[in-house]
Amino acid sequence: MNHMHHDVSPGLWALAWRRLRADRIAMAALAVVGLFLLMLVLSAGGLVAADWEEEVAVNYAPPTFIGANPALAALAQPQGPTPPNAFDPLADELDTLKREVGRSHPPVAKALTLPFGADKWGHDILKKTVKGGETSIVVGLVAAFVAVALGTLFGAVSGFYGGYVDDFFNWFYSIFTSIPSILMILTVAAVLQQKGVATIVLILGLTGWTGPYRLIRAEYIKHKAREYVMAADAIGASSWRKMFSHIFPNVSHVALVQVSILVVGFIKAEVILSFLGFGVPVGTVSWGSMLNEAQNELILGKWWQLAAAAGAMALLVTAFSLFTDALRDALDPKLK
Amino acid sequence: MAAYLLRRLWQMLPTMAGVIVLVFVLFNWVGGDPAYLLAGKMADEAAIANIRAQLGIDQPVWVQLGIFLKQILTFDFGNAWSTGEPVSHIIASRLGPSLTVLVPLTLLETFLGIALALAIAFVRGSLTDRAVMVACTVGMSISILVYIIVFQYFFAYKLGLFPVQGWGNSLGENLLHYALLPIIIGLAVSIAPTLRLYRSFVLDEVGQDYVRTARAKGLKERRIVWVHVLRNAAIPIITHVMANLPALLIGAFLLERFFGIPGIGREVILAVERSDFPVIKAITVYVAAATMVFNLLADLLYQAVDPRVQLK
Repeated sequence: MNHMHHDVSPGLWALAWRRLRADRIAMAALAVVGLFLLMLVLSAGGLVAADWEEEVAVNYAPPTFIGANPALAALAQPQGPTPPNAFDPLADELDTLKREVGRSHPPVAKALTLPFGADKWGHDILKKTVKGGETSIVVGLVAAFVAVALGTLFGAVSGFYGGYVDDFFNWFYSIFTSIPSILMILTVAAVLQQKGVATIVLILGLTGWTGPYRLIRAEYIKHKAREYVMAADAIGASSWRKMFSHIFPNVSHVALVQVSILVVGFIKAEVILSFLGFGVPVGTVSWGSMLNEAQNELILGKWWQLAAAAGAMALLVTAFSLFTDALRDALDPKLK
Repeated sequence: MAAYLLRRLWQMLPTMAGVIVLVFVLFNWVGGDPAYLLAGKMADEAAIANIRAQLGIDQPVWVQLGIFLKQILTFDFGNAWSTGEPVSHIIASRLGPSLTVLVPLTLLETFLGIALALAIAFVRGSLTDRAVMVACTVGMSISILVYIIVFQYFFAYKLGLFPVQGWGNSLGENLLHYALLPIIIGLAVSIAPTLRLYRSFVLDEVGQDYVRTARAKGLKERRIVWVHVLRNAAIPIITHVMANLPALLIGAFLLERFFGIPGIGREVILAVERSDFPVIKAITVYVAAATMVFNLLADLLYQAVDPRVQLK
């Protein structure tokens, strides 16, 4: 007789974490994603990049490693008072106003270079990238949660009840999948006619539930005949309780992987929507709106805004994709 | 076969009906009253009532749905609100330029994807394989916008190898002159995800028993991969290509917008910008129908590729 083991065997999440920790690429990717999320929290809390709208440098100040542009030096001096206009009937009032403004905001010399340059208005590109990342990542994350929540709810009801309910949701699914997702997104954008972060989240969330739905439904069909669900049934658990207290914890890893797959897709989609002008409203910065400005700046030879937005996005998406791959492998080792 | 076709077409009806109702609900309820949109800022009661009567939105809901159905079946969506051009003419005239870019792009992408995937599967697990896969992941993470902006800037604006944008009148000129750079960019963007996907299809096959048998009877590796494996990996590849074709029609909208190609995708963007509902409604309904037809075509192609597949 072998030794009897009485210690608790590790659960799904503990095993997955162990597998994930052994994967060096996954941990590096997780570190990068973690850094981006930390920036997001700091920026949303107003600790970082809150003053991105300050015009701290001359227009299109180049990055420090390139060196200052001598042609812009004249712009850097604080602007002296405009000579008084003898014909201005409001001269006295304006004078008092100017003095008041001068007292609270003393004129400062604008920087000639910034660590990664400045945009058209002299905003610091680095701070702008952090702020833009906040918008893009928040949209991606929240929309992915909305889509997966919808997909899980539909998939659970559809797979658990079967029959006519299942037929109805399958019909709904086939409608949504027969319209290409980008066309669906643009159609909803055309109908809603409002710009705003909440609108993009809604558009992406309401159109993106089909992928999670199919997978979660298959899981529920598999699980509903298992013994632990029958046991729950025997003690009189309600359908809702069986679906979400008993079955859902056993299929939640599928939902988690779906969330991380969708985040990447939605960040890309938000960037395209904002670029086209259907996304974030004027005055909100996102990586998409930065790329929109950068398009014209590139022709003038000002490449830094493009490089910053594109680089930050590529880094985050690469890290997130690598982590998602590793997460899927770790949570579902059978797939390998 | 005829029975199979008939049944598949019959099964499309409820889905198509669903698409029509969805589009109808979106544009007639969620979208609000288009009469206010059309009448402009200084509209009086009479003008709004007049527009409502013309659009038929003063009628009961089922009559409006009937009007929409009739529009779909007769291919007559009336005139675009912004330009007054008949919607059917918009779709017919924008299809050509879109296809001029999409047909070469899809063919090149598929053949290049298959060739590279088989070549990579040859050296699976090696350093080359891993390097290519990492390159694919990085390539996929860069936004398509960046590809277009940078390629257009360098190859067209700086180096002058291609026209920056524009569209001509003859097919040859368009294909060899104007569509070239959009096709190259489309290829650069799509080859990474395609290669990753096709590689996984091929790798599903290389572990099969028939590959071992082929090796055991002394076939060259080249023949095993290009003849035996390819034929079996073809089914998921066909599904992928066919399922993506209608989506690609819209998906190329960024290319069409940047390069001034008067295609369907650009028309959708313009229509969304101008709130031109008839154009969006028509394109959505027909693209959905095309998606369903292409799915059926994919199933028919399976049988041609794989005689084991029985269509019942």
